[in-house]
Amino acid sequence: MQMSGAQMVCEAIIAEGVKTVFGYPGGAIMHVYDEIYKQDGFEHILNRHEQAAVHAADGYARATGEVGVAMVTSGPGFTNAVTGLATAYMDSIPLVVISGQVPLSLIGTDGFQEIDAVGISRPCTKHNFLVRSIEELPRILKEAFYLARTGRPGPVLVDIPKDITVETGEFKYPESVNIPSYKPTYKGNKKQIVKAVEAIKNAKKPLLYIGGGAVLSDAYKLIREMAEKTKIPVVETLMARGVMGHDHPQLLGMLGMHGNYASNMAMSETDLIISLGARFDDRVTGKLSEFAKYADIIHVDIDPANIAKLVDVQYPIVGDVKQVLEEMLPLLEGVDPDRYQAWREILKRYDELHPQSYIDSDEVIKPQWAIERLGELVGEDAIITSDVGQHQMWAAQHYPFDRPRQWINSGGLGTMGFGFPAAIGAKKAHPEKTVINITGDGSILMNMQELVTAAEYDIPVINVILNNHFLGMVRQWQTFFYEKRYSETDLTFQPNWKALAEACGGIGYDVTTKEEFDAALKDAIKQNKVCFMNVSVNRFENVLPMVPAGGALFNMMLPSPELADSALEDKKGTK
Amino acid sequence: MANEKRVISVIVMNESSVLARITSMFAARGYNIESLTVAPIPDSDMSHITIATNGSSKVMEQITKQLHKLIPVYKVIEHEEMVEKEMVLAKFPIAENLADISVLASAYNGGVVNVGKEMIIVMAADEPKRVKHFIEAAQRYNPCEIIRGGVVAIER
Ligand SMILES: Cc1ncc(C[n+]2csc(CCOP(=O)(O)OP(=O)(O)O)c2C)c(N)n1
Repeated sequence: MQMSGAQMVCEAIIAEGVKTVFGYPGGAIMHVYDEIYKQDGFEHILNRHEQAAVHAADGYARATGEVGVAMVTSGPGFTNAVTGLATAYMDSIPLVVISGQVPLSLIGTDGFQEIDAVGISRPCTKHNFLVRSIEELPRILKEAFYLARTGRPGPVLVDIPKDITVETGEFKYPESVNIPSYKPTYKGNKKQIVKAVEAIKNAKKPLLYIGGGAVLSDAYKLIREMAEKTKIPVVETLMARGVMGHDHPQLLGMLGMHGNYASNMAMSETDLIISLGARFDDRVTGKLSEFAKYADIIHVDIDPANIAKLVDVQYPIVGDVKQVLEEMLPLLEGVDPDRYQAWREILKRYDELHPQSYIDSDEVIKPQWAIERLGELVGEDAIITSDVGQHQMWAAQHYPFDRPRQWINSGGLGTMGFGFPAAIGAKKAHPEKTVINITGDGSILMNMQELVTAAEYDIPVINVILNNHFLGMVRQWQTFFYEKRYSETDLTFQPNWKALAEACGGIGYDVTTKEEFDAALKDAIKQNKVCFMNVSVNRFENVLPMVPAGGALFNMMLPSPELADSALEDKKGTK
Repeated sequence: MANEKRVISVIVMNESSVLARITSMFAARGYNIESLTVAPIPDSDMSHITIATNGSSKVMEQITKQLHKLIPVYKVIEHEEMVEKEMVLAKFPIAENLADISVLASAYNGGVVNVGKEMIIVMAADEPKRVKHFIEAAQRYNPCEIIRGGVVAIER
């Protein structure tokens, strides 16, 4: 069929089954927006900033496993989207971002709103395209979606010069793609799998180490099955929270910089790491030379470049976690779970010695309490997104996640401002779920304009602001490592949160007591409107345990009253 | 881990910015490019890129994997048993000993390629190590300019 390039873009989005697109118009993309106006195959949400549009598409993708789509104009529209691309890239989230570009004839002339989008986005996309003719547009659109969702997923940018969106050409959306140079490996090598199973049978202290790849490959049922069959203990990374389910008896918890004692000790003492979709990030390993010194490693990853990048691997298996486990599970029949009994006992004792804990208070709301309380009140009904900082770590530590895709956060890039727009995307994907963004008084302001988006489109996202009047995580580092010089982290100057939310068409709650917390949350759910819950929490609370950056994983700062609350230490000091 | 010199052949789909993808990957990850040559492969829609680089075996493994990860990269060959050649052009003042220069060039698989009023130009094509020797030997004749071409390699 003959149609314009702009129509092709819409037809491709519809053909891919995308129901919601997030974006922001401008000169170079106007023809596409004109076609969006005419079609009714998908809904378009006008976020109020391109970064937020990409995060919203990202939240949509993380909540569903499907490709998220965002659309922006050239120049500043595109550069605003870069943080969104990078965020998705670091966490391997499938996105297609379509950007307008100046007309072909103007490319290279420093035209108005011209910027080298493919050049800028090269290191933060899985792949990108500058469309050079209307003939190649259908193929490129097809390839973009295909690349985004296959193999190790990731964001793909399609940069389309304005004249190509106007031109007409023949449109037939390709049914398949043919990229001879792109053939991801899904099935693990059988021989390697057999060897890995032998290693599991011979191990005394094996440990399942689960990463975000397990979520991306929808492998959680098989992982639970594997754990239950073998009774091997499990640790999760920040990105894998929910895979095992919070109350699973074999789950030790989250490991890494803010991992719990038992998880980090398990990693330090294991003799066989079974890594499923994890990538040995520095926030997980701590000092590499001290990391898992006694362990052989089975590393299952769809991206060969992840294997042996940081640690030596004895049993590399390139493949999709789910498909590898399908092969591996029957071979595990012969494993005797009793073999690991002594190991489980040791870890149980570690957990009893230093459980994940905090000291609650009757005078002030502790941030950890707020998260636990959220868990009690909404629990499995909710999808939780977060921003970046202390609140993010507390959420990961204390929220009772019981399924994958329930926990949505920016792990790899650590992008403040991610949580609110991501929550908007998640809520569009799952309108029946309560969607809560756990955020801080710093992070929320980085995309607070989304109040307007959420109010306009009736997307009732609950923002729980754990308000410590600080850029808390940075303040914590200043407390521990910079002799309490609180350089530019004091947020005593605050907006009127309630008024701010209301001014944008939402609801605001100021919460200072536990009773108010419960009441505000209940009301927010009942009102079903976007809201800010401004929760005053203990100002100097610290996230613990903590492995100082570059330190060995087993050298944790553990919760003592003084470490947990730096204000206490100060009081003592002045006595 | 010992740093060793390595030559990698990369077969890529001929498409725009494929070279930029490769070089920016090297730059972004802090890998070294010692020399680089590119040319289309006859009768195909692919190009052959030859990269001379160095690093430990661990770094080489990552370079190979990261190259593979780039979508238009079709094949990566980490050369082990290879024939390696590099070309060099050198320009000398006509007043120098032309006979010596000519003999030198032919000793390194080359010869005189151009003689002008004031300059003589010779070429040599040999293994990179020998090209280095040629350049050292050429210093005696006060070269005005020497241009190296970068390595190409083929598996034996
Ligand atoms: C865009 C961006 N800028 C800066 C940082 C560095 N950073 C990490 S945590 C943090 C403080 C976050 O403060 P807040 O949102 O109030 O959360 P809290 O730590 O107090 O819970 C900062 C500035 C970042 N991660 N992202």
